[in-house]
Amino acid sequence: MKKMKLVMIGNGMAGVRTLEEMLKISPDLYDITVFGAEPHANYNRILLSPVLAGEMTIKDIMLNDVDWYEQNNIRLHLNKKVARIDRPGRKVIAEDGTTEEYDRLLIATGSNPFILPIPGKDLDGVLTYRDIGDTNAMIEAAGTYRHAVVIGGGLLGLEAANGLKLRGMDVTVIHIMPWLMERQLDETASRMLQKSLEAKGLRFLLQKQTAEIVGTPASDGVKSRVKSVRFADGSEIPADLVCMAVGIRPNDDLAKAAGIHCNRGIVVNDTMQTFDPRIYAVGECASHRGIAYGLVAPLFDMAKVCANHLAQMGIGRYQGSVTSTKLKVTGVDLFSAGDFSGGNDTEEIVLHDSVGGVYKRLLIKDDRIVGGVLYGDTVDGSWYFQMLREKQNVAEIRDHLMFGQSHLGNSGHQGQSSAASMPDDMEVCGCNGVCKGTIVKAIKEQGLFSLDDVRKHTKASSSCGSCTGLVEQILASTVGGAYTPQANLNKPMCGCTDHTHEETRKVIREHHLLAIPDVMHFMEWRTPNGCASCRPALNYYLLSTWPHEAKDDPQSRFINERAHANIQKDGTFSVIPRMFGGVTNASELRRIADVVDKYQIPTVKVTGGQRIDLLGVKKADLPGVWADLAMPSGHAYAKALRTVKTCVGSEWCRFGVQDSTQMGIDMEKTFWKMYAPHKVKMAVSGCPRNCAESGIKDVGVIGVDSGWEIYVAGNGGIKTEVAQFLCKVKTADEVIEYTSAFIQLYREQARYLDRTVHWVARVGLDYVKQRVLEDTEGRKALHARLQFALQGEKDPWVERTRGMEKHEFEALTV
Amino acid sequence: MSALPVNSPVSITPAGQSRTWVRVAPLSDIPKLGARVVNSAHGDIAVFRNAEDEVFALRDQCPHKGGPLSQGIVFGKTVACPLHNWQIGLADGEAVAPDKGCTGRFATRIEDGIVYLQL
Ligand code: SRM
Ligand SMILES: Cc1cc2nc3c(=O)[nH]c(=O)nc-3n(C[C@H](O)[C@H](O)[C@H](O)COP(=O)(O)OP(=O)(O)OC[C@H]3O[C@@H](n4cnc5c(N)ncnc54)[C@H](O)[C@@H]3O)c2cc1C
Ligand code: SF4
Ligand code: FES
Repeated sequence: MKKMKLVMIGNGMAGVRTLEEMLKISPDLYDITVFGAEPHANYNRILLSPVLAGEMTIKDIMLNDVDWYEQNNIRLHLNKKVARIDRPGRKVIAEDGTTEEYDRLLIATGSNPFILPIPGKDLDGVLTYRDIGDTNAMIEAAGTYRHAVVIGGGLLGLEAANGLKLRGMDVTVIHIMPWLMERQLDETASRMLQKSLEAKGLRFLLQKQTAEIVGTPASDGVKSRVKSVRFADGSEIPADLVCMAVGIRPNDDLAKAAGIHCNRGIVVNDTMQTFDPRIYAVGECASHRGIAYGLVAPLFDMAKVCANHLAQMGIGRYQGSVTSTKLKVTGVDLFSAGDFSGGNDTEEIVLHDSVGGVYKRLLIKDDRIVGGVLYGDTVDGSWYFQMLREKQNVAEIRDHLMFGQSHLGNSGHQGQSSAASMPDDMEVCGCNGVCKGTIVKAIKEQGLFSLDDVRKHTKASSSCGSCTGLVEQILASTVGGAYTPQANLNKPMCGCTDHTHEETRKVIREHHLLAIPDVMHFMEWRTPNGCASCRPALNYYLLSTWPHEAKDDPQSRFINERAHANIQKDGTFSVIPRMFGGVTNASELRRIADVVDKYQIPTVKVTGGQRIDLLGVKKADLPGVWADLAMPSGHAYAKALRTVKTCVGSEWCRFGVQDSTQMGIDMEKTFWKMYAPHKVKMAVSGCPRNCAESGIKDVGVIGVDSGWEIYVAGNGGIKTEVAQFLCKVKTADEVIEYTSAFIQLYREQARYLDRTVHWVARVGLDYVKQRVLEDTEGRKALHARLQFALQGEKDPWVERTRGMEKHEFEALTV
Repeated sequence: MSALPVNSPVSITPAGQSRTWVRVAPLSDIPKLGARVVNSAHGDIAVFRNAEDEVFALRDQCPHKGGPLSQGIVFGKTVACPLHNWQIGLADGEAVAPDKGCTGRFATRIEDGIVYLQL
């Protein structure tokens, strides 16, 4: 069959991204032709700022060179501006007469810089700032001339001014409004910004209206060149170079001329289709629901949707974007998002430390963040922005909202909280040893835009994740508003599907699905058998939703859960037998000692969880070790109940008011063999001195004279988080009932690999209280469902000493 | 039953030495979407079976830090190393970009339900 013809006009960021997305899903559908008015292949326009500033070269910012087009069989017409679209004839005609026919047309012509209609605008030396040509012209001028005037104190103008200054020019920024970046910043933040830019040597003239650009007299053959800028108030300053950065206009000329409906941009619907069904538009030239965007992040969302429809997959709608802003001036930390103008019905929280140079202002309406400005400390910009976009209720966390998510300053990066002030050689990711400079370099040279990209390419933040906030900051300050934190609410499970964890769980429940292939088929997984990330999640969802019905799939479990021991860096395993409540006896200890001798186990260590770890066991020895130990599996390898840490309690301790050891043993006997979305740790202390550290466990119980206090959703690992008070109960039975209900709710609702702390942060403690405390029937039902799920569950070690999964432990020989 | 297609042989054997086919085990001894370790004179070899019953063999050492690939999760024609999750192509032993590295491959063949390995 003959392929359909797809023609694209405009070889910029949005258009090429659309092609990339489409080639990923449907590589052979079209014969593709691309027209680009610029003489360059596809480059990263937002990095023109560091190019102007001398921090990068044009070569560094190429996203796809001409080879890429060749490899994908795309006909590329560079330096050819399309002059006309012939809709009846279904062809486009370039200025030089080149003609191409289309079955589908994609318009991605971006926007044009707005030029003030004032005398002198056409003089030599008057430029805009949009493409490589402009940038080179400015760099060249900076080498020859001295006085630069930038008209426009917005994002683009300031980045231009900063670049020209770094190139050695005397720079004055003219702005008509009372303060800089008035669309993104409030006055306070703007003044702080102005001060720090002044410290870099920039000059500002605010509330100045430019009236005229004055040129040198033209003389035979030599064109008149800019000499000065004159203002409405009559004053004048010298200028050898004028850069106009006063806004952009969607470039819809071609579409308009072809009779396609435009209204400050080419009007498109939610599938990025214009009024002519054969013609699509993406990028800054498109007007979607009345908005033409001027930042990269929304354009990428559009590209994804448009690609889907061009590929005739017919799914996905673009429903608009909330954008945020980040100025890309090295050393300046600034973040703004949403509406920050305030009003009668909005409240604001402000933190202002003028000496320390920090200003934070959040606007809250109906318990939701609607806008925010951060200056100086932007660590939490992504976090706020995410809550803003997801309209998350912040009532509960309001009192500490201002202090941030503090996912920084925990462990592994020296407590650093500001990426901007970090030197390039400082370590950001303590797990993988990645420095700031490496991350910045990768972002720039590989054209990375998302956290996932950075994780893949540099490994930073891909292990324990505690440096995520820092990496996000570095990303944001390198690519500016082009970085949008991954939406948490509607984040797909993985690259194999567009469905979220929640959707998948729901479908499994509602359609009574019992096996992984059924889920993948029913939910149209893109890959034949998933990946190492979705398969373990699906396996857990099936088992937890349909206990005793769904069958476990060992091949969809991480090796630790398949071998029932922890793999070590040398490929050996560790064995941690269970000691209920941390209590052991001479016979167990003797057997452990004998096993260590018999199997020549190199290391024996007391763990942080009150039990003993045998490290360096050969895989083939595992069943033998387990048989000789004759102790239950400690599940130290599993997303399951780990330990219930206890203190000695009232049995021995002079302060103890409750028998915490027995309570811990009872809890451990109730919950052991229980798989969960992530590991679950508990502790019971016999009095408020809390020697078992109940305050940092998933479930922490503290004995008091009149009963037991129950705390939930604490965490002592990567991100230390204090457990929250759930309730106080009188009896040990109630402790079991209430904690079971909490844990079962977590098992049924959390995403795979959420610890309780992450899950509760998302659903809110109020919700948990409502389900576990207020709804008595519901609590009992949850408790019963957990008991049902655990009924008859076997000890995996015992089963394997009897020969189950034998092949897992035996090597073949040739 | 006729011989199934042979995965392209590669020379990890030094030039001059001849390669021989050796019997490993019945296909059914290797779990679908799983692997077995084969102890050989060439060191440990990981023999994988995917969902389509194709069989692949790689040196059981991840190009990253030597992780035992036989212990990883298999999907499509890829295995995820159990130590730090590098993805290694089963057919070519190459790490999936952006990671870089390669581990040795061995040719495999299935005949009458028996898996053979070329050493
Ligand atoms: C053995 C032990 C260290 C020790 O020698 O004491 C240990 C060893 C490991 N921990 Fe741990 N953790 C051990 C107690 C802890 C504790 C303390 C505790 O449980 O009281 C914590 C903090 C408490 C908490 O989890 O809230 C802890 C927080 C972590 C974390 C971070 C979890 C988090 O959500 O922040 C990880 C990483 C993960 O699970 O993703 C981790 C992961 C690991 C792994 C499994 C790393 C891995 O994937 O291979 C280590 C396995 C070694 C092995 O093969 O045995 N380990 N780990 C401790 C075993 C306790 C036990 O008896 O089961
Ligand atoms: C200096 C600078 C810094 C920026 N910084 C940021 C930032 O930090 N964060 C952020 O999110 N955004 C930033 N932006 C904005 C961002 O670059 C744009 O939003 C994005 O490039 C728009 O993509 P697009 O594909 O719609 O348009 P473009 O990338 O402009 O692509 C359109 C292309 O179409 C070509 N074209 C137009 N008409 C025709 C025709 N008739 N025939 C053939 N070709 C044609 C143009 O020459 C152009 O190459 C910045 C922009 C600039 C200039
Ligand atoms: S035992 Fe825990 S803290 Fe220690 S190295 Fe391993 S994961 Fe890190
Ligand atoms: S050893 Fe395989 S990923 Fe590190």
